[in-house]
Amino acid sequence: MISIQVDDFDVGTEYTALTEKDVSAGAVVIFVGKVRELSVQKKIHGLVIEHYPGMTEKSLRAIAEQAQQRWALQSWRIIHRVGSLQLGDKIVLVGASSRHREDAFAAAEFMMDFLKNSAPFWKKELTDEGEIWVEAATKDVAAVERW
Amino acid sequence: MIKILFFAALREQLGCAEVELVHTKAKTLADVRNQVLDLHPEWREYLANEKLLAAVNHILVRLDHVVNEGDEVAFFPPVTGG
Repeated sequence: MISIQVDDFDVGTEYTALTEKDVSAGAVVIFVGKVRELSVQKKIHGLVIEHYPGMTEKSLRAIAEQAQQRWALQSWRIIHRVGSLQLGDKIVLVGASSRHREDAFAAAEFMMDFLKNSAPFWKKELTDEGEIWVEAATKDVAAVERW
Repeated sequence: MIKILFFAALREQLGCAEVELVHTKAKTLADVRNQVLDLHPEWREYLANEKLLAAVNHILVRLDHVVNEGDEVAFFPPVTGG
């Protein structure tokens, strides 16, 4: 299931949702991405995340479908927040459950790598020096190529 | 009619979130972009940026992608989610 939302989410609640009534999953992997201080030189007041409604959902669904085709997942979950966030806030959750850990680990990392590269979100830092759009990192482009 | 959306830093550079091409002979996304630049030559510096990504009907595509009447096109900077 995919959620794109302004509100915060609770990791414990999502763990329960991933594993509820499922006695065959031996592994649950949950990744949480947080807002961190990107530059020590600028004082960051917060972050604003913009997205492309319509495409965001479609893009995340396509990523999850690819993960399900490649690995044997019992369940999966993607949550991405948009709007105004503060340093330390949770931004994204990617979860996967499988019978054995290899599938859950690989699927969660795959989904994050592809989300970073293709899901239409854009971050803007609010700093003392004004509003600055975050630039895409080259390491993220390299990350998808290894899959 | 083809709707063209701009997002994030690109939208701010152009000072515009959306344009519509009412009568278009555009066949590919490159044609659409050129037609937009005909209407707004002052946008060339930003819209001709090779690093920009593009989507047609919510799918990432390249500039040679065929565009049809009624399509929704979007141009935007490399994404930074997650």
